[in-house]
Amino acid sequence: MKQYVIIGNGVAAAHCIEGIRSADKETPVTVVSAEKHPVYCRPLISYYLEGKTAPERMNYRPADFYQNNGCTVLYGKSAAAIDPNKKEVRLNDGSVLPYTALCVATGAAPFVPPTEGLDSVERQFTFLTLDDAISLKQAATKESRVLIVGAGLIGLKCAEGLHPLVKEITVCDLADRVLSSILDHDCAARMQTQLERHGIRFLLSDTAVRYEKNTAFMKSGKTVDFDLLVLAVGVRANTALIRDCGGEAQRGILVDERMRTSLPDVYAAGDCTQGTDASIGQPRVLAILPNDALQGRCAGVNMAGGNAVFDNAIPMNAIGFFGLHALSAGSDCGGEVYEETDAQHLKRLYLKDNRLTGFMLIGDTTRAGIYTSLIREQTPLDSLDFERLKRTPTTTAFAANERRHKFGGAV
Amino acid sequence: MKRIYVNEDWCLGCHLCEYNCAFANSGEQDMALALKDKPLYPRIHIEEGDKICYAVSCRHCTDPLCVKSCIAAALQMKDGVITVDQSRCVGCLTCVLVCPYGALAPNENGVMQKCELCLQNACGAPACVQGCPNRAIVYEERGTAE
Repeated sequence: MKQYVIIGNGVAAAHCIEGIRSADKETPVTVVSAEKHPVYCRPLISYYLEGKTAPERMNYRPADFYQNNGCTVLYGKSAAAIDPNKKEVRLNDGSVLPYTALCVATGAAPFVPPTEGLDSVERQFTFLTLDDAISLKQAATKESRVLIVGAGLIGLKCAEGLHPLVKEITVCDLADRVLSSILDHDCAARMQTQLERHGIRFLLSDTAVRYEKNTAFMKSGKTVDFDLLVLAVGVRANTALIRDCGGEAQRGILVDERMRTSLPDVYAAGDCTQGTDASIGQPRVLAILPNDALQGRCAGVNMAGGNAVFDNAIPMNAIGFFGLHALSAGSDCGGEVYEETDAQHLKRLYLKDNRLTGFMLIGDTTRAGIYTSLIREQTPLDSLDFERLKRTPTTTAFAANERRHKFGGAV
Repeated sequence: MKRIYVNEDWCLGCHLCEYNCAFANSGEQDMALALKDKPLYPRIHIEEGDKICYAVSCRHCTDPLCVKSCIAAALQMKDGVITVDQSRCVGCLTCVLVCPYGALAPNENGVMQKCELCLQNACGAPACVQGCPNRAIVYEERGTAE
């Protein structure tokens, strides 16, 4: 019997289901969901902490989504192994799912560095799932002192979300700046100042080397007393299923522009993958929601015999804390930089070989997507009025025929 | 599907569409009451360049990047029309980051709003089109690109 199997039940899986159904309305789909929730908006977990949303508004798809799409979801189950020769997935309960085509959408898991005394910390949390957020919210009180290990996006969004709930928050990170994987020094300093203005304390170039119950002993010799510990050092792509059965994986499961892995009829999508970053032309893990969606869709279409290609993935990050927003896309490829800065705003455009390869905007983020489209479409800058465009993102900078095509033609 | 199209040769740059848009979405009966002495948050805006100007609002893309990128599933496509469920939006601006037309912007509270073709408000058809003095903005069927 024909059957599609999807391992994972996040955003990539939801789009994979829709991709399959765009090409094949009949064949059953089975979804293996380790989390006991229907697909939800994972990036909202910090907004849930601060009360800006609630679980009943965090569903990513309507309640009848799986039923309407002919899917069986196995909640609380996880995949133990893939047999690519027999085309079967073995689950942790010993049952076996044969597949016609398989999509691995296993996401990523928190990386928790082994640290002396961590076992003695009674109330410790990671921050990646809705259940993590629910437990953390239950534990937080107006008297809580929180130590967050990791000043990346997960750690800092957690800090912002906890801010109205707790007494004090300290964030430490081995890096010398916040959001070190996304922001350069200047931009990081601005975001750090914004967080500090709201009382969040930072210990940078520093981390906990030992814990003793409610005390962290830092590399610098300082000590931090806390009631709640959040471990947000980073995440790692869940690649083991593919690796263990002989498939290719590096930092993520290797996929091509059709989301095929190195194994026949096995696709992968979402945060577990490593595809090509089109802004640098190099393989890279791009664990961002738009990418999960676009990859999932592409994988689903191809699993069902269609012919979809997704070959313009680029980094895109919308980061905001307490009302200060930083939008960035693409990469700094070491070419020319156009810059405008003042106390409130920052703009950097990264240019190379007649292309916009990346940008960073802090403060004024109006119409940033016009810049993003130039990166994704690799538009030659000499085909438009770049002198105008670099000052303000505007479609008037495009050539007249291009404008007419964009605004007057068929959509 | 009927969409809003602009003819930049006919646009006078009068910005009436912005006022009509803000009024149509204000829920008020009286235009002065709705807009007077208040900052304007229209869902259409005039782009002005060298000797050209034209109105830009959501294109209602057939393959909308904003909908696929929305972290809150607030942006949704129903019968080809892209709408925003403001009760779900958390104002992260990911849609601003990805829209190639610059057609989305937050309201005064940081919640996203966008052109919904006036199908959700009392107008029932695009107010920008009805009020355009030079008929530079039209609402019509022009087919779908390949």
